[in-house]
Amino acid sequence: MKSADVLIIGGGLMGFSTALQLAMRGTRCIVLEKDSPGRHASGVNAGGLRQLNRHPAEIPLSVAASEMWHNIAGLVDSDCDTRFPGQIRVAENSADMLILEDRAAMVRALGFEHEEVIGAEELYRLVPALIPHCKGGLISRNDGYGRPFHALNAFRRKACSLGAEFRPSTRVDELEYNAGEWSASTPNGVFRAPLLVNCAGAWAGRIAAAIGDTAPVKPAAPMLMITERLPRFMEPVIGATSRKLSFKQMQNGTVLIGGAHMAELDFVHQTTDMNWAKLAVSARTVMTLFPQLENVRIVRTWAGIEAFMPDGLPVIDTSNASPNAYHAFGFSAHGFQLSPVVGKIMSQLILDGQTDLPIEAFSIARF
Amino acid sequence: MSAAALAADHGIDVALLDEQAAPGGQIYRAMESVSDQRADLLGDEYKHGRKIVSAFRDSTVDYLTNSQVWSLNSKREIGLLQEGKAHIISADQVLLANGAMERPVPFPGWTLPGIMNAGAGQILLKSHGIVPDDGVVLAGSGPLLLLLAWQYMHVGVKIKALIDLTPMRNHLRALPRLPRAILAGHYLIKGLVYKKDLKQAGISTLHNVSDLRAEGDERLASVSFRIKGRQRIIETDLLLIHFGLIPNAHLSRAAGCQYDWHRSQQCWRPQLDDWGRSSIDGILIAGDGAGIGGARTAEHAGRLAALQATHALGLIGQDERDRLARDDRKWMREELHIRPFLESFFHIPRKLLGVPDDDTIVCRCEEVTAGDIRKAVADGHSDSNQVKFLTRCGMGPCQGRQCAEAVAHIVAAAGGEKVAKGGHYRGRPPVTPLTLGQLAGLYPGEKK
Repeated sequence: MKSADVLIIGGGLMGFSTALQLAMRGTRCIVLEKDSPGRHASGVNAGGLRQLNRHPAEIPLSVAASEMWHNIAGLVDSDCDTRFPGQIRVAENSADMLILEDRAAMVRALGFEHEEVIGAEELYRLVPALIPHCKGGLISRNDGYGRPFHALNAFRRKACSLGAEFRPSTRVDELEYNAGEWSASTPNGVFRAPLLVNCAGAWAGRIAAAIGDTAPVKPAAPMLMITERLPRFMEPVIGATSRKLSFKQMQNGTVLIGGAHMAELDFVHQTTDMNWAKLAVSARTVMTLFPQLENVRIVRTWAGIEAFMPDGLPVIDTSNASPNAYHAFGFSAHGFQLSPVVGKIMSQLILDGQTDLPIEAFSIARF
Repeated sequence: MSAAALAADHGIDVALLDEQAAPGGQIYRAMESVSDQRADLLGDEYKHGRKIVSAFRDSTVDYLTNSQVWSLNSKREIGLLQEGKAHIISADQVLLANGAMERPVPFPGWTLPGIMNAGAGQILLKSHGIVPDDGVVLAGSGPLLLLLAWQYMHVGVKIKALIDLTPMRNHLRALPRLPRAILAGHYLIKGLVYKKDLKQAGISTLHNVSDLRAEGDERLASVSFRIKGRQRIIETDLLLIHFGLIPNAHLSRAAGCQYDWHRSQQCWRPQLDDWGRSSIDGILIAGDGAGIGGARTAEHAGRLAALQATHALGLIGQDERDRLARDDRKWMREELHIRPFLESFFHIPRKLLGVPDDDTIVCRCEEVTAGDIRKAVADGHSDSNQVKFLTRCGMGPCQGRQCAEAVAHIVAAAGGEKVAKGGHYRGRPPVTPLTLGQLAGLYPGEKK
């Protein structure tokens, strides 16, 4: 039996970010992970560091997280292989351009300045490789990308160096609350603490239910594909306005293509089958924007298992059922960028009973 | 070919997808085009393939040549590439007969130009009669090395050295398995004849060699090694290496078939039942892809799998399946008598598999060294997949073909664990590279 101040369920980015912030304030935590660190969404996501096009409720968190990413080495002793060449949503026609102008106006009305409309001239200065007919775009100049598994390990190492304890291959089979203490039964023994944090990603619905909360988490696996290495032809991350696409040339020259198309998931066995017809849609979208890539080889496709919520927004909250439990899950395939600030928010909720960032939209009671 | 012909004879609609332009696979390669003279050189075992090829040609099998399979999933959907165009087809029963690949073993300098696998040397000999014209050094451990040396000798290739890295202690290790091997004595006799012929031709084998290194700046210039406590160097611009065979598993792994570590064969083998059924419903595996058993075993196993598929499709009952399988089962058992002995005799030492020098490159594509891998293990990453994520080992265009096995051995050795524990890379399609344009060609059109 092991005990600590806080038990964190889920050894992904949210779990380690929370553990890190708690450890920085002298709180002892144990992170319980059923597989290996960052085995699913945290380790294999597309690595986008994007404020661009966030849901209005997420913008304040995303802006705060962006500041943290720009100083990430100060937090976790590693730059997590981050680059900040900006992210751009491309307008393929005039209708797209109107959508982007409305979006920029809405963000400005909320008091934020990071989303900026650019014309064709600026677009082609930034992305000369793009097919010539595009009208302009919406840019967030401080955005970029990182390497998720490197970030995950940097957070894990730093948290552990400050005293957090990490237990891989330790699946929580049962949760009980008794006499002011949570006990989590695992194949590696029982772990106890007065406080509990649910960062279990696609498996968070089960943990929430064990706490007594309702959370309609839907596991799904967005497909990604990566090409062979190419000479550098593009710096910023590119998205489309009215089609699903995320497109970036990584640090090593490979091109990572995502399009939010889902693989066929066997959740019980944690395996996926690629849906080639849907990946073909992504390939076609890429080719209409960058036709010169026709003969570039795809070397790998994969799909990490992520937690999706019905409204696409995460749960970041104190439990509804218990004052001694907390939730941070359901990031619906856009959690990577938010992870540093989520850890901070969780540590504030746990240690101060409140946070200075607006999280009402992420309440567990909304379901 | 054996499986396809048998299934077609039972009235099943069979398509055989072959990467090659003509039937024969690796063993019976170029069977229909080979000259009589070269066929004589390649021997009776090779000529046995004529019967198989002609029975296959006489069947109603739809034979699709130059067809690259780039994906297979758990629903038996197959990604196919023909004449540069991608297709998805599916089948009720899928038999994988992908055969074997040579076990990649990283040693210092193994990535220098001028070094090839012995199997590649044999492909050139079989298909085109191409042989080294300026002499060759053969090194490694396994029957193919001896066979290729013998074949080269017959066509007059100068063999500068035949370097056997099999440790002497393997002779003792194999001894208890000799009695069973004598039941398949013709294989043993063949090996002894090869050895005798080579000796008579003045080609002596350097036995009990260790510390193999390939040296050279831009390309291979020499090979150095230790023998009887002394260092030796042989100048050569061509080195053919061979360290035994392992199942070719890329497609079955991409589909998600379960694998187990096989200690004696020192490789992962798919979990299969007596009929070749894998852990995925409707996917069968036969031949060396199921575990190394040799060409004749593959033929029998192929027919057994075809009988099972025929049964599963309702064309024959269980009793008939079992009855028709009797002879193949018996012959297959006899074929396998030699295997345990060979596996012990050519057991690759752990030192060679699991502890290359820190500077030795393990992943050619991403230039990841053994030292990088051990560093990742020391940082707490105790399985192959985590090491892959961290170091990019196995993430290049070859998709880990060349490094997966080595990484598993190195991770296990560094962590003081058994190889099975360190695991194997998860298979990620496409199994062979597919271009963006080819993938886009699968676009189903705008949905109304």
